[in-house]
Amino acid sequence: MKLKKNLALYIGVGIVAILLFLMIISLFYTPYDANKMVIAERFQAPSIKHWLGTDNFGRDILSRIMEGSQTAFYVGTVSVLIALIGGIIIGALAGYMGGWVDEVVMRIIDALMAFPSILLALVFIAVFGVSTQNTMLAIGIRSIPTFARIARSGFIQYKEFEFVKAAKAIGAGPFRIMFIHILPNVMSSLIIAASMGFATAVLAEAGLSYLGLGVQPPHPSWGRMLNEAQGYLMKAPWYTFAPGTVITMSVLGFNLLGDGIRDMCDTRK
Amino acid sequence: MNYLLRRGCTLIITLLFVSMITFVLFQLIPGDPALAILGLDAEEGQIQELHAQLGLELPMHMRYIHWMSNVLKGDFGASIRFSRPVVDLIYSRLPVTLSLAIMSIGIAIIVAIPLGILAVRSHNKGSDYLISIITQLGMAIPSFWLGIIFILIFGLKLGWFIPGRYIPWNESMIGAFKSLLFPSLAMSIPVIAVIIRYLRTSLLEQMKLDYVRTAYSKGFSKKLVVYRHVLKNALIPVITVIGMMVASVLGGSLVIEQVFALPGLGRLLVASIKYRDIFLIQGIVMYIASVVIGINFIIDILYKSLDPRIQIK
Amino acid sequence: MKNKIFIYCMIACMSLMIATGCSSSDPSESKSQETVEKTPVEGGNVVMMIEQDMDSLDPHIAASAGTKEVVFNIFEGLVKPDEKGELYPAVAERYEISDDGRTYTFTLRKGIKFHNGDAVTVEDITYSLDRVMGLTTGKPLQSGFEKVEKIETADDKTIIIKLKELDASLLTNLTVAILPKKNEGHFKDQPIGTGPFEFVSYAPEQNIIIKKYKDYWKKGIPHVDEVEFRIIPDREAALLSFRAGEIDIFPRLPNDRVEELGGQFTTVNGEQNMVQLMAMNNKRKPFDDIRVRKAMNYAVDVDEVINAVAFGYGAKLGSNMSPVMAKYHQEGLESVYDVNIEKAKGLLKEAGYENGFKTKIAIPSNYPFHVDTGQVIVEQLKKVGIDAQIELVEWGVWLERVYNNRDYDMTILSLTGKLDPYNILVRYQSDYSKNFMNYNNKEYDEIIKTAIKTNDDKKRVLLYKEAQKKLTEDAAAVYIMDPQFTVAMNKNISGYKMYPIYIQDMSSIYYTK
Repeated sequence: MKLKKNLALYIGVGIVAILLFLMIISLFYTPYDANKMVIAERFQAPSIKHWLGTDNFGRDILSRIMEGSQTAFYVGTVSVLIALIGGIIIGALAGYMGGWVDEVVMRIIDALMAFPSILLALVFIAVFGVSTQNTMLAIGIRSIPTFARIARSGFIQYKEFEFVKAAKAIGAGPFRIMFIHILPNVMSSLIIAASMGFATAVLAEAGLSYLGLGVQPPHPSWGRMLNEAQGYLMKAPWYTFAPGTVITMSVLGFNLLGDGIRDMCDTRK
Repeated sequence: MNYLLRRGCTLIITLLFVSMITFVLFQLIPGDPALAILGLDAEEGQIQELHAQLGLELPMHMRYIHWMSNVLKGDFGASIRFSRPVVDLIYSRLPVTLSLAIMSIGIAIIVAIPLGILAVRSHNKGSDYLISIITQLGMAIPSFWLGIIFILIFGLKLGWFIPGRYIPWNESMIGAFKSLLFPSLAMSIPVIAVIIRYLRTSLLEQMKLDYVRTAYSKGFSKKLVVYRHVLKNALIPVITVIGMMVASVLGGSLVIEQVFALPGLGRLLVASIKYRDIFLIQGIVMYIASVVIGINFIIDILYKSLDPRIQIK
Repeated sequence: MKNKIFIYCMIACMSLMIATGCSSSDPSESKSQETVEKTPVEGGNVVMMIEQDMDSLDPHIAASAGTKEVVFNIFEGLVKPDEKGELYPAVAERYEISDDGRTYTFTLRKGIKFHNGDAVTVEDITYSLDRVMGLTTGKPLQSGFEKVEKIETADDKTIIIKLKELDASLLTNLTVAILPKKNEGHFKDQPIGTGPFEFVSYAPEQNIIIKKYKDYWKKGIPHVDEVEFRIIPDREAALLSFRAGEIDIFPRLPNDRVEELGGQFTTVNGEQNMVQLMAMNNKRKPFDDIRVRKAMNYAVDVDEVINAVAFGYGAKLGSNMSPVMAKYHQEGLESVYDVNIEKAKGLLKEAGYENGFKTKIAIPSNYPFHVDTGQVIVEQLKKVGIDAQIELVEWGVWLERVYNNRDYDMTILSLTGKLDPYNILVRYQSDYSKNFMNYNNKEYDEIIKTAIKTNDDKKRVLLYKEAQKKLTEDAAAVYIMDPQFTVAMNKNISGYKMYPIYIQDMSSIYYTK
């Protein structure tokens, strides 16, 4: 029992730590200048000189992957924060208050969720322009309903519980009940959601950048790299595998981390 | 019954809300449809003529009111870009997107539920770990990247399907299935992973509850407990997740249709945005929204009928 | 662990490459200009891939190159261009131009019929021309006919066009489609013309199908029975589809992708009369200063761009004219601004930008070719201290903001070629409505205005060359290249003709056995 819990957590922490480490290092050092083009050295397969090979402009892929991690962490963190805060507030209000507040909030959330996320992002970016900030906003806003729904169902579930009724009976105010009594109980599922949200944000950024709507070139972004690599799939297969693998690994890392934390929290029994 | 009626009303309000959001958002986007359609070499005269043909001379809000009143009469208007009824265009694209969505969710449910149960039954044993690893990887791989890899392996190397070629169902059932199978698979893998994950968590949580202990104490086998008692309760949150997945699958179909070059609603939508084809955008968004809201509505009812603690008022 | 997975993936992919037959192509396979003549086999269906969807099937409204290349097969004008860009009579059987160049007399081709079987009449011609020129409505659909005074019919086969003053590009503009008057109101849903193919069906975003017109006036063409233009906006998907044998002809394949195809295809390549350039807003600081524009030209290494983005397959440009327009192209301009970082820095210093400046390059996001070009240029500009940021802009927004409202610093785009140099160079005339670069030079305006009025061919050529020199001298933009493209096709297809304009002529295509 113990080993399994620890394993998910350890692997998750391990991967996230490696990524964080890479990101911090990239702030001070990358093997090459990530944007430096050496046309004569393009499409080089992985070698001692270029561990992950070079891209269509002869830029060092490892350096770009390293710098790309900054983008990934930035986009992930900010958009999850937007989604988490927005989701808790909206979900708590709807779930706890119930009645017409719930009804109105849920209709708005339904409407938002009925939008294909990519459409919302497309429109958002068409209106406000392509930029990292707008990508984060689009991803964050789009994720609010997911968090709000989880928070809401938690609040609905827990408000029927004895300990909440007890708290009410001793005269605790609604905010106290919502945020002191219920929220910690809902938190575990929100943490899972946040860890998945971070992963989702990394995926969403990759998807948007793949469609050419995310981070602006030549700034390195994993999704953007996938987009550029697709044109050279046969010529330089390593180009698509490097960002693809690193996206997969970071999503994996954050999901496992979430899992691990959840299992740890679960020891309340 | 009263509840259903009330939900029905709110459903319509939600849809109205969706159309308003779309309308307002698209009013904010810069871009002249005539210019977007004709492009760089457009001449002033051609643009004006197209404006006149398209009825673009009316102010935006007038066109919206006009559109809305027509919709109430069942007429969704004509596409600016393709000069055809919006309904026809959607109808012609529907088979692709709908097949993709149904196939991928179908695959996901068929694969995920047995695997989820297996994972819990063999909790903390080898196959549980294996399923966990597959699940985690499935959630982590971007589906469009998976699509690209599928194209490489199954399309180019093994020749099981022809990338970039869609065969309609009425032309050849097998051909259509082949051309849609791999895109559906690429889309279903993350869904499978999410369902397994939720099902596993939910099953495990249920297993810790008192009634399970009671069942065990009565001497029921683990198999019996899982199938007869726990599964029904554990499926409740999973159903919600599947409902949420419908929206994400429809969204994912947008990107997958690009990767596999399938003529579905997604590509039509991307084109309609590109050309600022407001009625077509409205039509597609309304359609997708109705499907998603409709399914969520059904799921809500299922949810309530499955969980005795939640009362239908 | 990550590395291990990666290595496995790579091995998998490598073996995949070998298995799919990604051998290097035989260079002797590619022939320039025209494929080898072999005995034609009549009949058969051809699928051609196109990237862009139709904008309108009404040929008078259609403006995008992507539509024109398709409808070229359905419609014809009084005259029609051949693969050398020269005009020959089509709906008209012959024409005469008076000595003063102000009267054009066209004789209707005998027995020519529309696809619906109706004979073409002089009424159809005057109707069609009037519709485009807007002589009655006062609202012309296309420009280039401002100098037309009136159109007359002498008898049931003679049309006379009278001009107010001489217009050297009128004939080129008379390639405009002749439509049956009877079909009014249905031009965009039931297109009818006189071309070698008739319209069958159009499915938006999917395909447009045309079939052989049996009564075509020119005997012996077309050879194939049916052509499907399949719309696949994604080049990768199209390429996959092509390799799988779903598409017979793949036009405009970037040259660096040719080797991937292996030896089982025939290829034809060449420039396409396109001008890729980086435009600078001539009215906006700092680009209103000619020294800054010159510095930009000295700073940008065009050869490196061609090498990096087009893999060396592109003709270097120095002005807004592709060498494909051999008759009008002014040679030597491409080397006026050879890279010279010191000179660029010096010019910037003179202009008061010793420490460079910050600027933005707005690039339409749906053109990866331009986005790549931008990435290379950004790096090059760093060397002279200019900090240029790429700003990806959605196509619709780009057209509105950059092209229409001229609200931009720099942008990268391609201008598609025209048959007549006037239509290419008029873009820089200061009062021209699409002069989005805000280029303003009175002398230039004068040259263009004189050229169009000049009847003497030699003099006119000289004037257009002069105009190109002016653009280079004023560093109106950073001219980059005319990218070379390859047309790849099924081994048993022959007869492909490459045009100097954006056109796919399917009438000469045939199968060989």
